[in-house]
Amino acid sequence: MDRNMTLKKLEEGLFKILMVVSALIIMGVLIYIVGTIIYKGLPSLNWDMLSKLPGGGFYLGKEGGVANAIVGSLYIVAGSLLISILLSLPVVMYINFYLRKNSLFANITRFSFDILFGVPSIVYGAFGFALMVYLGIRASLLGGIITVAMLIMPIMMRSLDEVTRLLSRDLPDALLSLGATRYEMTRVIIRQLMPGIVTSVLLAIGRGIGDAATVLFTAGYTDNIPHALNQPVATLPLAIFFQLGSPVEEVQNRAYASAIILTVIILILSFSARYFSSRYSKHKI
Amino acid sequence: MRRIRAIKDKTARHIMLGIAVFAMLFLVVIGISLFFKALPIMQDKNLWTLLSSGEWKPFKGEFGFLPYILSTIYVSLLAIVIALPLSLLTSIYLNTYASRHLRRIFQPFVDVLSGIPSVIYGVWGTLTIVPLIAGTIAPHFVEFSSGYSVLAGGIVLAVMILPLLISILVEVFNSIPKEMVDASLQLGATKWQTVKKVVLRKSFPGIIAAVVLSVSRAFGETIAVLMVCGNIPLIPHSLFDACYPLPALIANNYGEMLSMPSYESALMLAAFLLFIIVVLFNAISRLTLVQIEKRYHL
Repeated sequence: MDRNMTLKKLEEGLFKILMVVSALIIMGVLIYIVGTIIYKGLPSLNWDMLSKLPGGGFYLGKEGGVANAIVGSLYIVAGSLLISILLSLPVVMYINFYLRKNSLFANITRFSFDILFGVPSIVYGAFGFALMVYLGIRASLLGGIITVAMLIMPIMMRSLDEVTRLLSRDLPDALLSLGATRYEMTRVIIRQLMPGIVTSVLLAIGRGIGDAATVLFTAGYTDNIPHALNQPVATLPLAIFFQLGSPVEEVQNRAYASAIILTVIILILSFSARYFSSRYSKHKI
Repeated sequence: MRRIRAIKDKTARHIMLGIAVFAMLFLVVIGISLFFKALPIMQDKNLWTLLSSGEWKPFKGEFGFLPYILSTIYVSLLAIVIALPLSLLTSIYLNTYASRHLRRIFQPFVDVLSGIPSVIYGVWGTLTIVPLIAGTIAPHFVEFSSGYSVLAGGIVLAVMILPLLISILVEVFNSIPKEMVDASLQLGATKWQTVKKVVLRKSFPGIIAAVVLSVSRAFGETIAVLMVCGNIPLIPHSLFDACYPLPALIANNYGEMLSMPSYESALMLAAFLLFIIVVLFNAISRLTLVQIEKRYHL
């Protein structure tokens, strides 16, 4: 009996150690990744990197920075964010407040967004490119915006739906019984949901700004900052990817510096999303 | 005044319904258009020959997808073999043993890991994992490896699917009724016994769903895999051979191949295959997860 007990304790102890070790490994891997990126990129990170266009071509030119890619990524994300909010907010409001609870239509919509969320970004890229060829659009800012919008819309919609479902039903009921139409009701609710919306937007930005496979065929690449929707545009992930493949060391260093820039952007987005969502849960009581 | 409000409400309702229907149909639209883009190559050649042949010579009109399909499967399976034990142990720890404080320390790590872009994982992989394999690991087993290999792809993908696995697993474990766990502990079982005999057994369908979902995520990963796998269109015979997964094939060649209709169609077939598999896998596991949630939360 006693021996049996010790064996049990031993097994439990062993697995507990394994568990702690694997949790530490996972934390360690993240530190290792961020550490590697910072270690490699920090020596070449300077103000020029952020503020200057690449001199003499992004692939071979040794001068300048990646301002084209930073601004390009911001343009693409801003445009696609606008489209995806305009499309996903109405869908979320409709399935949550216009339909009755557990409506089949709402569940099918949620399900199809769950699936869309799983569709790989390269498939969106290929589909986006095929669509652009069909519509006669060249690789451009517009093409990139449309494709990235497809990628981030399921993310927006899922996280918006989640925060909306957490909202207490009291407010909608009170609004309706005061004689508001459902449309007027949603307008009040959207104001209530603001912190949740901000969190969703931050998540979507994070996914959209870092994805390379969607913009690979659809946005093109350029050394300049685009001035119109039909011009090609550089993006940060592609700046890393292309410049890393260059035989010139200075250009490779530019890729590492871009990797730091992108990582820092992602870290900031991730922590602010966390800040907003924790504030939101406090309001919820 | 009241009429205007009513009209506004009605218009808004119709617009919202329209957008919702459009969004729902979007999945179908993607599937159908990829299918029609892939149709020419499927009419030209037997689908089975395309999938089972290993000859990839686009300029001679030979499109054998087998190396790409096998590469994708090998890399993804390796990733899940590495990631599953780590994430199972971690999520059990977070769920059963860790204090609330510890969980709150750990959560940001998962969040940030899931937020890091694919290309950053790729850079990390080429800087650390690839040289590690080429210099330290591979020489013990094979004469030469460049490091750009199935193993490198598997390791990088494993890290990339960790956050997804952990977040689903934690949720699955949380959905086990507390009474069940308490009953087991009350009867004198240790925490670990309870985990083994109650929690793991009860959450088996959920674990499978999490695995399927993560594997399908790994199937579609593009840039990171492209950067560390070596991209040689041959069937890999060992962990240290280079490989060439489907997404990398599309990423490397699509966009420039419009001059060759059969090549373009072949790449679209690759995209269609990825799409169908991922959608199927996702549908199965999402349905399982919804069932689990329903069973315990009603």
